[in-house]
Amino acid sequence: MKVPVTEYLEIDLERELWLCRRCGHEVGPARQAYKEGLLVYARDPAEIHKPILDPALYEFTFAPDGKWISILEYYCPDCGVMMETEYLPIGHPPLNDMQFDLDALKAQWSGREPLTEAELAGPDPVGMSQHHHSHKQKHEHGGR
Amino acid sequence: MGKVEKPGQAVREQALIDQFLADNVLFLGPDPEIMHEHDIAPIAELEREAMRRESDPAVLALIRDRLQAGANEAFEMLEQMGAAPGAKWGDLITGVYTASGDLAVSSAGGVLIFASLVHHPVKFINKYWTTDTSVGVRPGDAFIHNDARYGNIHNTDQSMMLPIFHDGRLVAWAGATVHEGENGAIEPGGMPSLAEQVYEEGLKMSPFKIVENYELKKDLVTFLQNSVREPKLQYEDLKVKLFVCRRIEERVKSAIEEFGLDAVVSALRGGLEDTKKEVSRRVSAWPDGTVRSMIIADGTLRENCLIKINLALTKKGDELIFDFRGSSPEFANRANNTLLSSLKGMLCQLFLVFVWPDLPRNQAVFAPIRVITDDKSALHSSYTTPNAQSMMTFFPAFTAGQQAVAKFLYGCPEKFTKVIAPWHNMIHTFIYGGITQHGEMVGNLCADLNGMGGGAHADRDGEHAVAPIFAPMADLGEQEMNEEEVPFIQIVSKKLMKDNQAFGKYRGGQGYEMIASSLGSPLWGFMCSCIGSKIPSTPGLFGGYSSPTYPLCKIKGADVFEVWKTEPQKFEFSIPRLMNERPFKGASYTSHHSGLQFEIANRGDLYMITQGSGGGYGDVLERDPELVIRDLEEELISHETARDIYRVVYNPETLLLDRAATEAARAAERKARKARGLPYKAFLKQWATEEPPPHLPYYGSWGEDRSTIYAGPFAGVPRARMNAAAIQPVYMPNPKDVKIAELERRIQMLERGASV
Repeated sequence: MKVPVTEYLEIDLERELWLCRRCGHEVGPARQAYKEGLLVYARDPAEIHKPILDPALYEFTFAPDGKWISILEYYCPDCGVMMETEYLPIGHPPLNDMQFDLDALKAQWSGREPLTEAELAGPDPVGMSQHHHSHKQKHEHGGR
Repeated sequence: MGKVEKPGQAVREQALIDQFLADNVLFLGPDPEIMHEHDIAPIAELEREAMRRESDPAVLALIRDRLQAGANEAFEMLEQMGAAPGAKWGDLITGVYTASGDLAVSSAGGVLIFASLVHHPVKFINKYWTTDTSVGVRPGDAFIHNDARYGNIHNTDQSMMLPIFHDGRLVAWAGATVHEGENGAIEPGGMPSLAEQVYEEGLKMSPFKIVENYELKKDLVTFLQNSVREPKLQYEDLKVKLFVCRRIEERVKSAIEEFGLDAVVSALRGGLEDTKKEVSRRVSAWPDGTVRSMIIADGTLRENCLIKINLALTKKGDELIFDFRGSSPEFANRANNTLLSSLKGMLCQLFLVFVWPDLPRNQAVFAPIRVITDDKSALHSSYTTPNAQSMMTFFPAFTAGQQAVAKFLYGCPEKFTKVIAPWHNMIHTFIYGGITQHGEMVGNLCADLNGMGGGAHADRDGEHAVAPIFAPMADLGEQEMNEEEVPFIQIVSKKLMKDNQAFGKYRGGQGYEMIASSLGSPLWGFMCSCIGSKIPSTPGLFGGYSSPTYPLCKIKGADVFEVWKTEPQKFEFSIPRLMNERPFKGASYTSHHSGLQFEIANRGDLYMITQGSGGGYGDVLERDPELVIRDLEEELISHETARDIYRVVYNPETLLLDRAATEAARAAERKARKARGLPYKAFLKQWATEEPPPHLPYYGSWGEDRSTIYAGPFAGVPRARMNAAAIQPVYMPNPKDVKIAELERRIQMLERGASV
């Protein structure tokens, strides 16, 4: 069973591996931090959030201050998908942001079916659905 | 030693001492027993008996719906009749509390942070004033409160609480809480960032009785009116809150009359217990583990610095623990400190709004969830530290929680709403004060703070300027109505700025530009209260980028109303064009961080801010190129962004998409990523430092070690290192002193003939 954890990562429960959900690349052991199996690049934030005001004229320009932070971009070494971004103060060690209990996960998923993409994205809030009913149903759930 | 005591003597002596101390309390400050507890109260005998006698779920559901309708009705009344701008735009809640003080039914809309906060003052009244012969709690009484240290966000919000009696017995409470605005602080509008002490934050009302026999006590009302800049508003909204509480009382009493006391008490208590059980059940479905997140708040509103908000969110079985240890120390003389109870209120509404919006609106939603903090941290501040701008640390804490919760939720089969990237978390708006065109003194704020951009969803873009993180059903209000009451206009309002967007496979909802200028007032001024000018306040999710950063821009010294008369062609309805092209001769053009202390704004001066974007979701290279073209057509992004960020190839004249070339450009970028990315361990060697680099004014722990807290350096004050168990509050120098020192240094250098 492969359990999706993020848009780009899943855990192969049997093999205890982090996998890339785009290309199936084996990122690393699921009992370790997935970031250890990725490529990282520290990007000047002004390359992404470009100055809207002229930096020659102003200190504050809508672009973040590259002397204070960088954007750490994490790429799959195989397909190059950007799995994660992390805005960190210069020099701050990256976070081990997801540490799941693998044994508990195996027990939890022993009786579960794989999820569809729609189930992963989640439902509209109860009573807010506008597109998944027939016209006959239209007037039956307006009061929530 | 050596003294022979008879058995029981020590016990009797201790009892005497305890009684003496209880009878001679010098000061009833906030009670830690009340303030540190967010669980529902122990079940009372009245409740146990009622639940035993009436447990028919159909009857209880009917009563809950009835009371919910009553709370919603009261909400509408308050919104329609309230004088405060915050009331008009839905920054309030109303509700029914149990006799013990738990908020059991809250209005569906409004500021849901209050849902797990405003029970504290009711519990204080129950504990201290009920038995106090000089106060007492009787039919027809009502109490007022706004001091966050007794349970609130900050003292711009005022609550009224009215006990409901049946056959002489206290059976419930009615309550109404409103963001009133003006509170007599050192700056107008109720949210002073200039306050360096709690005593500069204006009225701090511990819960006290202001109504007897359903009548406002005029002596106290007069005192309150004299304490604020808007005496009429203070009086009107006291009256409105009283009538609202009376309407809730009426609804509770009519439910008792129809269904009996047992049924109503059972419905209130049962609703809380059921909610608590359901939350535990839902948490159980999440994966066990720890998710970590950190947000850097980039300032105190007086100065820029790096304030760490550190979160480890752990889920095990049906337990969920927010552990914020390692976060920044509190600031002794800044208003950005958060009280522990306020933090919990903010986290509670994360679940009420973004995770389980289908659950009943009551405080039990947060009851099973635990929160751990360092004492005297910015998220668990002391009695003496100012807290009027607590949002500047608890909004980032909310965002850390929102990002972490998404990582638990994504793979969980049981979800009740969409997985989303963090919502924009800052209150980009104008706070104002001065004399209106009608000759009235006012101090309040614009509803634009409710126009935050929504986070991108896992399957679609975020909504533009849709709602604040703290009140999903709040309104933006009509600017034209606002202009009838206050002497400034928004020359540009609700205009989306190109590239003010968090990029991603799905982009964040955008914010809008606002350009304000005062007109027709003898004395007027503005404030702004946001962080996020150097470091984005709102990150993305799963590879999505964050929001941009947001400055405050000002053009002063050119009366724009005169420009329009003589050279109207010089005016542009655009912040970037006005700031970059500088069309008005002789005017000053400046950009700043968005923490503006109250400043006089002359006629025709331009104050310009931008509402913020929600976080982006997923890799930009996965964004459907058609959506990029649509963003271009809607002028949400520039051609540079379409080309450099989204790597889309198209004809810039016709916007005709070239799919093959786009795929090739994206493949090339993926290849370039692999070429420039370093393996993690190699990257770490060149990136990570043992402690914060010397040039960073950094507050909080560094890396995995949460036991050492750093503070500074800042403006000549060297960096302090302290143990997380013994935090010393940070004292910041006056920004004007910092500026004077810098100018003096430059003067000295100039006098020596050196380059500055």
